[in-house]
Amino acid sequence: MISELSIALVLLPLLGFLFLGLFGARLKNEKIIGFLGSAAVGISFILALFIFAQMAAAGPEQRKYTVNLFTWFSAFTGSPGGLSISAAYQIDQLSILLTLIVTGVGFLIHIYSIGYMHGDPGFWRFFAYMNLFIFTMLNLVLADNFVLMFLGWEGVGLCSYLLIGFWYEKKPAGDAAKKAFIVNRIGDIGFLLGMFLIFAAFGSLNFDTVFAGASSVSRNNSTMLWICLLLFLGATGKSAQIPLFVWLPDAMAGPTPVSALIHAATMVTAGVYMIARCSILYAAAPAALTVVAVVGAATAIFAATIGLVQNDIKKILAYSTISQLGYMFLALGVAAFSAGIFHLMTHAFFKALLFLGSGAVIHAMHEEQDIQKMGGLKKYLPVTYRTFLIGAIAISGIPPLAGFFSKDEILWKTATGDQGSWLLWFVGLLGAILTAFYMFRLVTLTFEGEPRFDEHRLHPHEAPKTMTVPLIILAGLSIAGGWIGIPHANALEHWLDPVFAPAQMKLLASESGSTGLEIILMIVSVSAAAAGIYAARRLYLQYPGKERAAAKRFPVLYRILSQKYYIDEIYDAVVVKPIASISEKILWKGIDKGAIDGSVNGAASFISSCAQLLRKVQNGVAQFYAVMFVGGILFILTWLLFR
Amino acid sequence: MDVYISDILLNAPFEIVVLTALIVLVLESTRGTRPNISSWTSIGGLSLAAVAALTNLGASVETFGGMLQSGGFANYYGALFCISAVMTILFSRNYFERQNYHRGEAYILLLFATLGMMVIAASNDLIMIFLGIELMSICLYVLAGLFRHRDRSNEASLKYFLLGAFATGFLLYGIALIYGSTGTTNIASIRTAFPHVSHDLLFLTGSGLLLAGFAFKIAAVPFHMWAPDVYEGSPTPISGFMSTGAKAAAFAALIAVFSRVFGPSENAVHQIIALIAAASMIAGNVVALAQSNLKRLLAYSSIAHAGYMLVGLAAGTADGQIGVMYYLAVYALMNLGAFGIIGALETENDQNLQMDDYAGLSEREPVLAACMAVFLFGLAGFPPLAGFFGKYYVFLAAVKARLLWLAVIGVLASLMSAYYYLRIIVFMYFEKTKAESVPISVPMSVRWTVIFCAVLVLLFGLFPSVIVQTVLRVLF
Repeated sequence: MISELSIALVLLPLLGFLFLGLFGARLKNEKIIGFLGSAAVGISFILALFIFAQMAAAGPEQRKYTVNLFTWFSAFTGSPGGLSISAAYQIDQLSILLTLIVTGVGFLIHIYSIGYMHGDPGFWRFFAYMNLFIFTMLNLVLADNFVLMFLGWEGVGLCSYLLIGFWYEKKPAGDAAKKAFIVNRIGDIGFLLGMFLIFAAFGSLNFDTVFAGASSVSRNNSTMLWICLLLFLGATGKSAQIPLFVWLPDAMAGPTPVSALIHAATMVTAGVYMIARCSILYAAAPAALTVVAVVGAATAIFAATIGLVQNDIKKILAYSTISQLGYMFLALGVAAFSAGIFHLMTHAFFKALLFLGSGAVIHAMHEEQDIQKMGGLKKYLPVTYRTFLIGAIAISGIPPLAGFFSKDEILWKTATGDQGSWLLWFVGLLGAILTAFYMFRLVTLTFEGEPRFDEHRLHPHEAPKTMTVPLIILAGLSIAGGWIGIPHANALEHWLDPVFAPAQMKLLASESGSTGLEIILMIVSVSAAAAGIYAARRLYLQYPGKERAAAKRFPVLYRILSQKYYIDEIYDAVVVKPIASISEKILWKGIDKGAIDGSVNGAASFISSCAQLLRKVQNGVAQFYAVMFVGGILFILTWLLFR
Repeated sequence: MDVYISDILLNAPFEIVVLTALIVLVLESTRGTRPNISSWTSIGGLSLAAVAALTNLGASVETFGGMLQSGGFANYYGALFCISAVMTILFSRNYFERQNYHRGEAYILLLFATLGMMVIAASNDLIMIFLGIELMSICLYVLAGLFRHRDRSNEASLKYFLLGAFATGFLLYGIALIYGSTGTTNIASIRTAFPHVSHDLLFLTGSGLLLAGFAFKIAAVPFHMWAPDVYEGSPTPISGFMSTGAKAAAFAALIAVFSRVFGPSENAVHQIIALIAAASMIAGNVVALAQSNLKRLLAYSSIAHAGYMLVGLAAGTADGQIGVMYYLAVYALMNLGAFGIIGALETENDQNLQMDDYAGLSEREPVLAACMAVFLFGLAGFPPLAGFFGKYYVFLAAVKARLLWLAVIGVLASLMSAYYYLRIIVFMYFEKTKAESVPISVPMSVRWTVIFCAVLVLLFGLFPSVIVQTVLRVLF
């Protein structure tokens, strides 16, 4: 039963993609296209809920199913070094959770897109790509081996590329799509090499086999360290962490629902999922965990500081996403795997909400994205304002909204876990203040104060129902989504425990903090968030000119932040330009045009002069042909007799 | 000599072809020429023979007192020859009609030539090989000169005959010398005697002359000089038949004699075959570069392909033989198809044969152009077409037999060949049609034959094991 349901669950979005891709152009009716595209994902979500209910009803030991579709390819099976890869899905506590998030949030965003993409000539193409994305993302999370996971991994990358460049006639969109694709390739190399090493070390790429092998290898094994670091390189590409985060802000050139679904809620969290899935590998290489934690914390604060001074509404949210992903990696790095997944889930709710809300704002403002040219929108967009505000409170970490519980758990585990440290906790806390600050800077500048646009010329209006209803549902989830992870009654951690227990056992993890300390830290982090909110509101509501004054006061700092630490320029100068000039001057002009073309053309002209010479031998005189014949016979006989 | 009923049953394909030939001969001589009836009778008889051959691909059995070897090996070739002949007739009907020379006698000659080829492939005796070669060659001499009012056709026929007779002399002399040293003409007996005579002066000289005779028939360098003139002057479908059927027949004889007698051991004969192969691949491809007449170009290309196939023989191993037999089958399809298209587009007095006549063909005749592209890509050896696997198998056999140098030359030579094959494709697809080009109507029968060949070239490239498994069965 479960196997049939799960196959249907994966195939429905594929069918949607095929149908819309093949016949979408002929279906002139937007309603039918939008309905089919959304229904494919919606039914998938219902099936996932059904599977989830069955799993919940079953005992904790029976919550894992493997669905084998077919043997994808195999080589030398039965002999050592043999390889057999199945197209098989693994449904367990972790993958069903991700499936619910992908299909559930995906469904809401599909509904929203019906309103948002209304009137776009590529309406059918958009829904076809979105369905394809859901299909590949489900393959990624449900795969039972690394190769199928990699297929999904590449598939979501492709969809991301297609959707960032959806408006390909605009050059920035095309450039951003290419940048995302190329930067992700660097990460993919890491993933691939990691896979090769895993195969070399364990002789298999099946999760169960590899993880069973990993649970018995010794800790601090250098092969395991390399495997983990290479896989993490893959994760930094897909999940936009230092050093490969540069593609995500540019990716905002895509339609806003794409930013919400792919570049906030689901695809960018694939790296988090992958490392959580491989938790046992990382448990065998604690040094790699430390790298993950440090990179995560650094990214969290680094991206948050950039977010402070951006003026593009979507760019702010993009940096916020990078920063929040940093929190998730921080959680993984301190071996708080279920906290990382918890934050992944709550972040999917409130970040999707914030992006969709920003889409409603952009829609109302006629494609204006600069928050300096907004203000006072709350009277025009009451629903958007309220839901957006809920999202902002949730991300800032104010109880009892969702973000509070997940972020607080991460900070608590960072401070007290065996792998954590107080320094990382402090960085995380600083990031939390900054998050609250830039989010309320965004809310205040956008929705409050006096309008900074011409109210007579521009009449912002609230979005249609198809857009506001998903906002309201997501707002509800952003409020209540965290309640499954209340400290000391943590249903989510309990649910995920069978998946992460082997890794925790291997790490011999123990909790050292007391409940008293936990409450103190909770109060600290909530007051930090509240301080950030207060500062932002006071600064932007009461002293609107202060930001410019502060920028004048610290011009260097301001420039560095607003120019995003010049990372793009540095990459351009250090990596892109040298490669381009080596390619052009040495590889192209020197080797290709000079050496290769030269020798090929030289050989060609040599051979054609030989041809002209040889064809003269063919003079048409039969007697001469006979002479050649006799010459040949003499040669043969000489060789045979006197050699 | 006793003749058993089983001998007659086992050789059913021969008898069907003989009967058909006699029926057509009687029809033609009694009631005037009726090319339509003759051609369809021939096609029917040859198809029947091909089916009869394909139904018996089992182990080889000696028949007719050890003169013939009936069974899989002979029938594999028999089917190949009959199918080639059927396609040749399908192309010829339209061709001769448009050249205003449609006579039934062509089909009688084709039938007897096919019979000669079948005899060669089935021979278990040097005398039978000689008989088969003569039966085939004499028919082909006449076929080459079928357009007896045309100078070029006459020239082709005469040159082919003179040089062919010259080669036959050496071939027969070689057989005589081998008989002199071993006391037998039976191939199986020669094989038993081989260890005692392998360094015998008479035997080696005889083998050398025999090799030269066969090399002439497959048009390998330096015995190839006749081929370009003859292929250019002969009626186009007949050129296609000569370059595939006659070549395959001579290869059957080469495998029968040299692979069976000399075995896989490394010896001087294999070295000389390797040298001939290298020379053929290089000279064939280099001179083909300078050609602009397509018939002549394909003649040089066929010299080069003889070289590729000889690579498999030079390896001397079973792998090499499998490669050669696969190659012969797919080469026959590609080359017959290519000559068929050339013949279909040729106009009177040898016009429309230049490479620039094919400019813009993809617009005028998209289907034919696409099929031609398949054949040319196949001849050049692009995967996944059948031609690629042909080359792959023979080169692989050479590498395994430690003839790396030969495989390298082969790969470089086929690289060179890509230039002239692709040039035709460039003309067909990237050049504008010439203003003075005349529209040609190509009948459906020719179209479907060409498409059939192209599809097979694709299929045998995608599923090479279909043929390879058959070859494995008939060889061992």
